[in-house]
Amino acid sequence: MVDITHYLVLSTIVFSIGVVGVLTRRNVIIILMSIELMLNSVNLNLVAFSDRLQDPSGQVFAVFVITVAAAEAAVGLGIIIALFRNKETVNVDEIDLMRG
Amino acid sequence: MEATLFYILATMLVVFAILTVTAANPVRSAVYLISALLSMAGFFFLLEAEFVGAVQILVYVGGIMVLFLFVIMLVSVRDMESQRRMSRQWKTALVLGIVLSCELVFFVVQGAQVFSADTVDQPFLNLESQTGNTETVGGLLYSTYLLPFEIASILLLVAMIAAVVLTQKRL
Repeated sequence: MVDITHYLVLSTIVFSIGVVGVLTRRNVIIILMSIELMLNSVNLNLVAFSDRLQDPSGQVFAVFVITVAAAEAAVGLGIIIALFRNKETVNVDEIDLMRG
Repeated sequence: MEATLFYILATMLVVFAILTVTAANPVRSAVYLISALLSMAGFFFLLEAEFVGAVQILVYVGGIMVLFLFVIMLVSVRDMESQRRMSRQWKTALVLGIVLSCELVFFVVQGAQVFSADTVDQPFLNLESQTGNTETVGGLLYSTYLLPFEIASILLLVAMIAAVVLTQKRL
């Protein structure tokens, strides 16, 4: 029986790796993948608590998070394709259309 | 047995997560992320959440990651590799990430006794003994969480329409 603290610490580590990925990388696609990593670490928390409390509600919420992640990936990748068609780049440093 | 599996899966997950963030080639990064998601699915099976584990593999690995790979192929990979990988702020970002990680671990360890074995005296109604995991989750989705379930379906519809509109030629 693994203590739930182990799961929480592991999920924290994966979440932080995702945060570092979002902040450091310049490629938009890899930034989106880091966001997927962060969403997934939250899922690990939900399922671990669901197992700990013997309450399946946590798993239902994990399914909802996966749904939101799928929607987010579809819209995000659509934006990337539209951006690449107009600006020919996926580099966040060159995407500065909103700069005044 | 469970502890051994946990540590093997945890090592795999952390290593693949770091490789996802650091890989130069986006295709490699996507393959590493697939491996990380598969180890995460292993955790779900370990935690007796078979339905979520199966959904993880089907939706994430089978759906989302294939979508990612398609988009990576659509936008040219050639000029990505030659450019600088990291942005100029990477040192600050790394320090901030480590600080965030330490803070979160500190609070988790501080609050560890809240989740420890003897605080939850009465477990919630456990249906898993009578029915399967999928049946339990499905039953909850269609009873207690019916409204969020419907909202999620609308969200998916909106996302689908948005993706179609965004990828049109003249946008």
